[in-house]
Amino acid sequence: MTSELLLQQLANGISLGSLYALLAIGYTMVYGILRLINFAHGDIFMMAAYFMVFSIVTFRLPWYIAIVVVIIVTIALGVLLEKTAYKPLRNAPRMSIMISAIGASFLLENLATYLFTGVPRGFPDIRILTTTVELGSLSLTVATLITPFVTLILLYVVLFITNKTKIGMAMRAVSKDFETAKLMGININQVISTTFVIGSALAAVGAILWGSRYPSVMPLMGVMPGLKCFIAAVLGGIGNATGAVLGGFILGMAEIMLITFLPSLTGYRDAMAFVILIVVLLVKPTGLLGEKVTDKV
Amino acid sequence: MKRIISLLLSLLMVLALFTACTPANNNGDANGEPDEVVEPGEEDADVIKIGVFEPLTGMNGGGGLQELGGIEYANKMYPEVLGKKIELVVVDNKSDKGEATTAVTRLIEKDKVVAIIGSYGSAVSIAAGDIIRDAQVPTVAPSATNPMVTQGNDFYFRACFLDPFQGEVMATYAIEQGAKTAAVIMQNGDDYSVGLANFFINAFKKLTGEEASIVDVSEFQLNEADFNAILTNIKAKNPDVIFAPSAATTAPLIIKQARDLGIESLIMGGDTWENPAVIDVAGEDAEGIVLSTFFDENDPATNEAVAFVEGYKAELAGKEPIIPAVAALGYDAYILVRDAIERAGSTDGVAIRDALKETKDFEGVTGIINFTEEGDADKNVAVIKSVQDGQFVFIDSVEVK
Repeated sequence: MTSELLLQQLANGISLGSLYALLAIGYTMVYGILRLINFAHGDIFMMAAYFMVFSIVTFRLPWYIAIVVVIIVTIALGVLLEKTAYKPLRNAPRMSIMISAIGASFLLENLATYLFTGVPRGFPDIRILTTTVELGSLSLTVATLITPFVTLILLYVVLFITNKTKIGMAMRAVSKDFETAKLMGININQVISTTFVIGSALAAVGAILWGSRYPSVMPLMGVMPGLKCFIAAVLGGIGNATGAVLGGFILGMAEIMLITFLPSLTGYRDAMAFVILIVVLLVKPTGLLGEKVTDKV
Repeated sequence: MKRIISLLLSLLMVLALFTACTPANNNGDANGEPDEVVEPGEEDADVIKIGVFEPLTGMNGGGGLQELGGIEYANKMYPEVLGKKIELVVVDNKSDKGEATTAVTRLIEKDKVVAIIGSYGSAVSIAAGDIIRDAQVPTVAPSATNPMVTQGNDFYFRACFLDPFQGEVMATYAIEQGAKTAAVIMQNGDDYSVGLANFFINAFKKLTGEEASIVDVSEFQLNEADFNAILTNIKAKNPDVIFAPSAATTAPLIIKQARDLGIESLIMGGDTWENPAVIDVAGEDAEGIVLSTFFDENDPATNEAVAFVEGYKAELAGKEPIIPAVAALGYDAYILVRDAIERAGSTDGVAIRDALKETKDFEGVTGIINFTEEGDADKNVAVIKSVQDGQFVFIDSVEVK
């Protein structure tokens, strides 16, 4: 094992991990507020990638405007999803809303297959992100380099919103006790919408960075990342944004290191992610940074 | 309000259900005509139904659509058999082994097709094999290359060459280009990818006479997008060539990430790579990749081929720059089936099977076709193509004895 190989793999791991982290924040925030595992999150991410393809390839927007447009449209989709699939079930048993989430996920996947066909679309080449930078013997694209920083900055923004702003205070209150928060005059719907706004915006940013690295856009592209990021969120302690980022980094790094040190097991990469999930649930169900919650789904 | 929304939502879900069943035909059908809907039980004596079983969505959706295009074009050219109209019943197997069995069962039980054409992708063909044999419905796979598709199955035929052959062709080509070492990437659980990769490995080892000439073998799983880790390992071993038989959805991801990591080795794939999606998605990085395929439009082997190239080229104008080889094979599979029904003089499964077996020097688009004992087209020529200036270009045709 040469040091260059190890360095390159570390870079791969950090970059993959930070992509997982971006998506995991979305899972964890929705769970924190609604106690709902938003299975459609990976599909929102997929839709964001398609929006990017259309805004650049079809509408020929410059990339910096396209990014803004995509984030806004993705937020709209996320909020629409919440209003149609989750809000009507607010007082229903938790299992119903979870089934609704699974349905929403299938709906988005099939809608995308119907509208865009199963043939992969190329993610638009944003030069500034896909340029390769040589650092010594390392070869990295700009997207790979900036992803960890983008993730950390966005984590900071999320933490700032939840800890320092009024809406953040309301979010924390709702997450602590839904009923009481409602009785205290907190506008529950607004809080929940805000959560979906933040989660969807992060999914959009994640999709743009993901697409720059893995430029094949197809209807099922969100399935695996969705599951992996769910695992990352559980690993870090679901409901905790810092934990989700930590979980994302650990999972990404673990996958890459498995391939680095045990090349004969490359085919078991996904299996390992699920083994991690099972071990976490057995040994420390609250995850690394999770607080003790008694009512888990 | 709530009620309206939930009504709308359930309507959408029902709609989504249908999208899963009705194939995205409008892409393959050149005329954009919707499929005829035939109610179950409604038997039309003037129509002979041939089932088409292809992946129109999922990882092989792109290739399935290409193949379907060729089959539909053949149907347009030869719309009748035994004085009756041939109706194609298209089902989507979604590139999924589970769906494949359902799709084939539907064709046999519900649509009562007399013969089946399909599928692109060996894994789904193998999965459907037992049902086809038990129901005694003769089936011709246009482009499924794994030997197991027809092995031990009297009712499964194929119009293309096999993976042991293709693996040897690619290994031979790599060695001719001066390669001494090779790395192989395959998709765990995909019969096509694993099969072809192993045939390549065996041939490469045999031809170089060196057990260590394969420096790395890596596997990945369905829906994987990140190949950086695998490729970084490969880069450290610095092979002369990387052979990565995989779906057209995966290929550009491997190619692009390899070039981003600064890997300069020759990258090669199998017949699935001859798909415009590979070039679309991988962009400039696709330049110089090498693949083997079944057919080249600039070198028509028969009179049928000359007519096909001319006619289908016009049909494809503006959609695809070259005629995909799988479309040619789809065309051949259709005319083979039609010819067999004609000679059998009936729509009985066993009679059609026997007629297919007796096919002698049949003039197809991809060459003269005879079937071996196993039901495989007896072909020994493969076409090698590369990508230059965003186009697939012919480099060589290889004959293996």
